[in-house]
Amino acid sequence: MPEWESSSTARVLAPARPRKLSKVPFVELADGRLQGVVSSGSDVGRVYVSSVAVGSYEFACSTNNNRPCGGARGSFCNHIGALVTEAAVQYGAERVARYLRVEVATEDVVSGESILQAMWRARPPQGDNSAAAVVFSQFLRHLAYLELAPTTTAVPEMQWFPPTRVVA
Amino acid sequence: MVPADQGGGVMRADMLADPVDGLDEALAAVAAVDQALVTGLLRPQPAQAAGLAALADAMAASPLAARVAEAVDKAAAGAAGEEHFISLAAARIALFGSVHDAVMARIRQATGRAAADEAVTTLGGDQPENLVLAARTWLSDLARAGWQGIDHDLVSGAAPVVSALLPEPGLRRLAALVDGFAAELAASCPGSALARIPARRWGDLWSRAMLLTLPGATRTSGGAVTGRLLPLGVDLHEHATAAQAQVHAVFEPADGSTPMLVRASVSAPKPDTIIGAGIWQLLRPHLSLLAAVSEGRSMELTDMPVTAEGDLLWRNEHAHLGEPADAFATARVALPTASIAPTAPLDRHPVRIAVPVFLEGYEAEQSEDTVSFAVAGHQVTVDTDRVPVAGPLTPEAVAASTACIGLLRWDAGSFRVQPLAVETTARKKTVALHAGAWAGGTTDKAGVKAEKAATDAAAVLRERAGRLLRK
Ligand SMILES: [Zn+2]
Repeated sequence: MPEWESSSTARVLAPARPRKLSKVPFVELADGRLQGVVSSGSDVGRVYVSSVAVGSYEFACSTNNNRPCGGARGSFCNHIGALVTEAAVQYGAERVARYLRVEVATEDVVSGESILQAMWRARPPQGDNSAAAVVFSQFLRHLAYLELAPTTTAVPEMQWFPPTRVVA
Repeated sequence: MVPADQGGGVMRADMLADPVDGLDEALAAVAAVDQALVTGLLRPQPAQAAGLAALADAMAASPLAARVAEAVDKAAAGAAGEEHFISLAAARIALFGSVHDAVMARIRQATGRAAADEAVTTLGGDQPENLVLAARTWLSDLARAGWQGIDHDLVSGAAPVVSALLPEPGLRRLAALVDGFAAELAASCPGSALARIPARRWGDLWSRAMLLTLPGATRTSGGAVTGRLLPLGVDLHEHATAAQAQVHAVFEPADGSTPMLVRASVSAPKPDTIIGAGIWQLLRPHLSLLAAVSEGRSMELTDMPVTAEGDLLWRNEHAHLGEPADAFATARVALPTASIAPTAPLDRHPVRIAVPVFLEGYEAEQSEDTVSFAVAGHQVTVDTDRVPVAGPLTPEAVAASTACIGLLRWDAGSFRVQPLAVETTARKKTVALHAGAWAGGTTDKAGVKAEKAATDAAAVLRERAGRLLRK
């Protein structure tokens, strides 16, 4: 049996890579979408909820109060651009491309920029904003982790989760 | 506490190079369960049924025999219920218990420590039933689908379970496990497209989560201790949404009785963008010992609660900063005299083995990504991948080292040493580098930069939470 298959501590996920969170506080690869939250540059109380679907690249962007994003009429808005760029930093561009099923032209380096270009060339449809509420509640769930108290009772289960220096 | 096994001197590397005998039968039965979980137990094929029958045979002499035999019959017929899945999980964990004991016996030989005969008993308890039952249902659905049958709908069923478990302090172990497990499964969907499957690992995580849904699974007995705590080093664990720092230390009781190896732990759930130095920042206020480690100091404990397994239940008010204490002096002088506490039944798994050892007089070698120490002609593999990134210790420093404090571990059939600290020579002077040096804070230039970036990231998230969370 190969060692990876018979290892209790086989690494399945690479750790997130550090990035600045001020512009895009939340991004995730989930629910068949690259999705996340982009802070508004002008209103601290407003965030944009943006997403791109795996495979079809159907995109959507709206505010947390469900107003459509002005920039996302018929084209990727700046929020979607920022979302893809930051996802490439956090997860590594290769993993993001693989997840979205994006084929970057072989002469191009896989990057947030080249992923955006490749998706745009496929003439993706604009979706409705039906997923925005789910994505926003995922963001709130994510933030709620900050409010959970640490414990000094040992958690032996964490022995299954050693750190790794290998990045995505 | 009764001292269990006592004393340890020079490590015999030859005992680590040889495979541990007598594990084949247990591991073959484990592999049968794991293979059944790969394809799922909804409609088992003859090969799976045969594998499960091998599990029943392997358990035939155990107190679980009748329950396992019944569970195997039901599972082979595709009719297993939750209680049967629990029996299969219990059988798998019992098999690893025997592997754990065999590996520990070898470690005692290698480190010259005598055998322990004290057992830790698990106490019954009362957990909020409905919360764990939801977890059990999700785990049972996983077992039916198999790893090749997982999809987003099934895996996302863990989210409400985890959200409900996390706020309950008594259920944190189950919550942290299911959360990390579900994230791996989510990233691996659909299972039908997986090129390879971490069958041993997911079998471990599944069976363990299953048993943690049993009432009282995690309660153990304990007492309180007073004396001096001499830190050896910090071991870090993390997945995307949780982290734990565990300080390994020698405890010298004030009454002059036998010193013992203890651990002090702190863990917390976290957003996945809190990483590196941000993890130390999150954890350090709750374990003052981390600051003592960074400052190279001992701590004086007064009536500090401790479990029979040697886990301190840290309360900052029961500890104060003591005299300077060099970890290498502790490793050279105090570590060989310290006893190891026994392990609770549920924790008898080889992954839980992390025995502090001290090595010197070796020849460090690096080939590609792998560092090894040649100790008296025997190669000991060094697990540098476990060294946290937010710290001054690097694989390069380990490869240039002359002495090492480490944790002896066993996985996938072989022993490894995880470095906690090393001594290297720089300009004819001996320099010590600790994996957890930044845990309590740092003035190191690279460390200060990492702290600043982590502070900024946490500030953004807290600002966003403050503005959006309670609307
Ligand atoms: Zn937009």
